[in-house]
Amino acid sequence: MKYIWVIAKKEVHSLFVSPIAYVVLTGFLLLGGWFFFNLLFRFNYLLTLYTSFQNLGGVQGLNLNEYVIAPLLQNLTIILLIMIPLITMRTFAEEKKSGTYELLLTSPLTVTQIVLGKFLGCLSFILVMILLTGIYPAILFLYGNPELGILASGYLGLFLLSVVFVSVGLFTSSLTENQIVAAVSCFVILLFLYILSWPAETTGAALGEILKYLSVVEHFSEMVKGLIDTKDLVYFLTLILLSLFLTHRCVEASRWQ
Amino acid sequence: MVEVSGLTKYYGDLCAIQDVSFAVQRGEILGFLGPNGAGKTTTMRIITGFMPANQGTVKVENFDVQTQSREVRKRIGYLPENPPVYSHMTVSSYLEFVARIKGVPKKQVRGSLERVLQKCSLTEVASRLIGHLSKGYRQRVGLAQALIHDPPVLILDEPTIGLDPRQIIEIRSLIKELAGDRTVILSTHILPEVSQVCTKVVIINDGRVVVEKNLKELTQGVTLEEVFLRYISRENGEKELENQRPLS
Repeated sequence: MKYIWVIAKKEVHSLFVSPIAYVVLTGFLLLGGWFFFNLLFRFNYLLTLYTSFQNLGGVQGLNLNEYVIAPLLQNLTIILLIMIPLITMRTFAEEKKSGTYELLLTSPLTVTQIVLGKFLGCLSFILVMILLTGIYPAILFLYGNPELGILASGYLGLFLLSVVFVSVGLFTSSLTENQIVAAVSCFVILLFLYILSWPAETTGAALGEILKYLSVVEHFSEMVKGLIDTKDLVYFLTLILLSLFLTHRCVEASRWQ
Repeated sequence: MVEVSGLTKYYGDLCAIQDVSFAVQRGEILGFLGPNGAGKTTTMRIITGFMPANQGTVKVENFDVQTQSREVRKRIGYLPENPPVYSHMTVSSYLEFVARIKGVPKKQVRGSLERVLQKCSLTEVASRLIGHLSKGYRQRVGLAQALIHDPPVLILDEPTIGLDPRQIIEIRSLIKELAGDRTVILSTHILPEVSQVCTKVVIINDGRVVVEKNLKELTQGVTLEEVFLRYISRENGEKELENQRPLS
């Protein structure tokens, strides 16, 4: 366990001594802030509109969770989808390129320790990113009364989704020594998982259900609505464990090449 | 102690080394010689547990590298051809990291760090970024990294490459000093280095060991250059012998 911690600390350290961490954090918060501003503005606009037409039903239908937080979280997943491959692309590819892979594999670490260390390192950075977006709901709580339970469930969904993204990123990085190849292939896999359910409406019931089940969006949107179902948790957990397992096999196999 | 027997390694169809065997005892410094592409790095990578061999066994301090890999890796200090350093880290934070992953207990990290910084004359650059150091310093950081956990076996792949003459002399005397009760395997192209530092020589050519002898036995009345060329050209057949002759 302490070895995992040492590796994780080094990962975080190397993100923060390079400009990567700062560029990613700034960009992420800037875009997130713009989305939030836009959603809040629209919410306000609708509220004034409904009030001026004395549309009581409309006013009652408006709530912060549904009109601001849910779309905000949906938008944040898109930014994470683009940014996480850029965080994880270095993990193994850079070590291979710079020759430090030899140091890691000839030290008394097990492959599991290396993989989990890198996983936890990236994850703690992503956690910081997600926690910093907490400022948007905090503002809502200051001036309004969104529902905490739904918010928490949505954030759990966002976090689980990010964990999936990170573990897929580690896997693609372990496949290659080229960081761009690692990032692009991670991005493609993630985007594919994202849009997998698009043809679900037209492909017929059975295939549609399968596509929906395989797509990350379906599971995530359930959680954004405030529904925490074991079915969704199992789905996320399966993807995470599968990716980590494949990463482990890949690092082990790289000895044989 | 390192015992290598019958090592064979294929990269796809290409045979990198074939039936490589030799042994080094404690206190010996083995000079591992051979032309470029002869299989030196491959052999060293197998000994350090970086990659497995297709056939054959390696025993380090009586632990088998295949079945007791972790025990072997704990006991080896390895300097690969390119020093495995993170250029964005400072010398001391890098060495602390290496100490930790090599299993040095947290309380002893400081002490080990001081020791290797002094041994490799790195004290004055300890807080500099590795990426800003010259090649010579980086090489010494690589050496410090191999020594940090005080291993009984040292594997050094061309340790003096890229150093200036003064640094080369320093590193050579450091290696000699380190030998003591350690086992050292040192690969190099620089033959005078071997005559000065090593006690034993293994010459490898085209993936096979062509000679394994003590330095004194090998160089009776002849220079190491002559010995080296004789063994290498004998292997390479008549035609290349013609080409080599003017050289020797």
